[in-house]
Amino acid sequence: MLPVEGERLLWDRFRDPGVARGLVDRIRARVARELGGHVTLMEVCGTHTVAISRSGIRAALRDAVTLVSGPGCPVCVTPPEDVDAMVALAETDVTVFTFGDMMRVPGTSGSLEAVRARGARVQVAYSPMDAVSYAATHTREQVVFLAVGFETTAPGVALAVGRARELGLTNFAIYPAHKLIPPALRALLDGEIGVRGFLLPGHVSTVIGRRALAFLAEEYGMPAVIAGFEPVDILVAIDRLTGMLARGEAGVVNAYSRAVREEGNVLAQEAMWSCFEPVDATWRGLGLIPSSGLGLRPGWDEFDARRRFTIRVRPAEDAATGCRCGDVLRGLLLPPRCPLFARVCTPATPRGPCMVSSEGACAAYFRYERGDEDDAPRGAGAPGPR
Amino acid sequence: MTHPGGRVLLAHGDGGLLTHRLISEVFLPRLGNPVLLRREDAAVLTLEADAVAFTTDSFVVRPLFFPGGDIGRLAVCGTVNDLTMVGARPLFLSAGFLLEEGLDLEVLGRVLDSMRAAAAEAGVQVVAADTKVVERGSVDGVFINTAGLGVLSPGERLGPEMVRPGDRLLVSGSLGEHELAVVVARGDLGIESDIRSDCAPLNGLVGEIMARCPGALRFMRDPTRGGLATVACEMAAACGMDFYLHEESIPVGEEARGLCDLLGLDPLYLANEGKFLAVVDRAQAESVLEVCRAHPLGASAALVGEVRPGRGHAYLVTALGGTRRLELLTGAQFPRIC
Amino acid sequence: MCLAVPVRVLTRDGEWGEVQSGGTRLRVALHFVPEAGPGDWVLVHAGVAIAVLDEEEARQSLALLEELNAPGGR
Repeated sequence: MLPVEGERLLWDRFRDPGVARGLVDRIRARVARELGGHVTLMEVCGTHTVAISRSGIRAALRDAVTLVSGPGCPVCVTPPEDVDAMVALAETDVTVFTFGDMMRVPGTSGSLEAVRARGARVQVAYSPMDAVSYAATHTREQVVFLAVGFETTAPGVALAVGRARELGLTNFAIYPAHKLIPPALRALLDGEIGVRGFLLPGHVSTVIGRRALAFLAEEYGMPAVIAGFEPVDILVAIDRLTGMLARGEAGVVNAYSRAVREEGNVLAQEAMWSCFEPVDATWRGLGLIPSSGLGLRPGWDEFDARRRFTIRVRPAEDAATGCRCGDVLRGLLLPPRCPLFARVCTPATPRGPCMVSSEGACAAYFRYERGDEDDAPRGAGAPGPR
Repeated sequence: MTHPGGRVLLAHGDGGLLTHRLISEVFLPRLGNPVLLRREDAAVLTLEADAVAFTTDSFVVRPLFFPGGDIGRLAVCGTVNDLTMVGARPLFLSAGFLLEEGLDLEVLGRVLDSMRAAAAEAGVQVVAADTKVVERGSVDGVFINTAGLGVLSPGERLGPEMVRPGDRLLVSGSLGEHELAVVVARGDLGIESDIRSDCAPLNGLVGEIMARCPGALRFMRDPTRGGLATVACEMAAACGMDFYLHEESIPVGEEARGLCDLLGLDPLYLANEGKFLAVVDRAQAESVLEVCRAHPLGASAALVGEVRPGRGHAYLVTALGGTRRLELLTGAQFPRIC
Repeated sequence: MCLAVPVRVLTRDGEWGEVQSGGTRLRVALHFVPEAGPGDWVLVHAGVAIAVLDEEEARQSLALLEELNAPGGR
């Protein structure tokens, strides 16, 4: 039995609170001295949103650096029609496997968790391979895996689909809902955006490589840093970004070099493109972005649940509810400024995906950024609920 | 075993011969004590106490057996711990069983054996029991409902009104192990782990603290469903004062931390079944800590924070030195990929 | 959008392997990290290894940080 104590010492050093505190001081000093006292940056990735909030980084940099959350929350950007379709599938005789993240997302007629409570076969999977293994041993059930997530997740789903083909399974399919990060960044930068630099998703970058994000500097002149997820990783990235801004530099820097290579993971990319192809996709809150989603290629579309099953869903409109998730995802609105925030929209009674997703910007603010008795984060300027 | 097929049948619940046999051959030999063995309709007990503590709880867990425990042990320890948390000395338990038609009698026997062992460990007796059989599918194998009775001496009553600003917060050991052990034991996630539930009766440890540091304990709760964060929020609200927890002091074992990282779970919100969060008189906090650490169930006890005047909220001071407010858990955590 | 954790490879058989994190063991897909063998550290996301972790790069990053944090570091 290998010793447990200290096994992860090297990686855990990226959690060192002393180093983190030193970086906070450095960043604050530079922002005050060289950036006019304040700067706004976007952290694209939902996992960063949670890490930044939970570790207290957002609070520690308050008034110096405003970190707005971007569209990198796959649950948040799944359109309600897709959620409804997934729920509708679960209500038939199909066994639905999903990542836990999707369980509580409300469509227009309930969530997967709610439909499971009514007797539907919905199972949380840690890995898409689990769904394939299940299908192989439960041949009388039709199994569908809800394929949500970005480029970090899609290669694994491709592996699972490949395995299903290898095994000759006729009872396994996926509901394809993957989305791609670079097209979403382009869509943001082609429109209105109020940020001066980007914290880029470290694990998506592990797959796609620094090269796939170089366009942010080459075409849009933005500074951007690829960041890991430990507190020190995030602060190093913010420190680099503020340094680049102070020197007026554009560039895409890899600050997660222990995991991210220039070309990314070529094998993972090949697996992804072997069975998927880019398709136009609707991002909740951002609308239609061309070539920003993944669909199954013609040779693989027997595994597309939308072809195999007839799923009847009404098109949904969430503008009527007053939900401002779209503006939040564009970094144009901080969650506390949404009129519904903490009043009618809470994690227990969510109105939109940014509140229900465990990594949604609104959920992160609600859970981690509330400081005082009127329930509004300090410095956010939003009136508290009355 | 003289039961046809070795399984529970609906007929075992009808009050006739099979019920009689189930009780005398399966339940009584395992749970038996002088009171229960009288087989009366009610247990008659004599108590000498200034005050009596009384609690009830129901236990549902899947799978029934997991590393470190099972539904039977959970039922006894959970009830004992509820009584212990108010400062009472637990004495007597009742146990009502809902058995699923088709339950393997050998499984039932093991659950009862485990209850007997847990009861002996805690120094309590199961003095009343009842069993019903329900149709296949109505319950998951077996559900157990308990009630518990304990006694309090003067000065032993714990409660939120005793808390003072400046009091310290103490956690009796590392967090998250019970819930993680159950999640892993379900087998849905294809993960093997050495993690074991911490399910244990706390009355021995708490009794020692009360004997060696009289008056030190003010208010305590065990962080079961919802975890330490939820209990801290509830306790702070009950006192009307603010609780501050220091992230770097909170004990989480290596195993638990690794599993939480893998599954995207927050150890502050995971259920424990053998730990407590106590508000302790500041002057005696170090002594209480020493008593805990010398006890097998308190080896990784730690002082994790303090009580301050405020409005009844709980806060976490992060390793970075910032403060964020803790919330009640809204729904159980699912493993995440994001 | 992605939780991925460093785990150590225990054994490898073909494209699958057993990895360990603390006392937890799981079987993960190693298709995307053909170079990873027993003793190596990989990043695992949803049961799939997506990268081999470069210990040397990690040490260099940390060393750079220590320089920055040293008195007089800018």
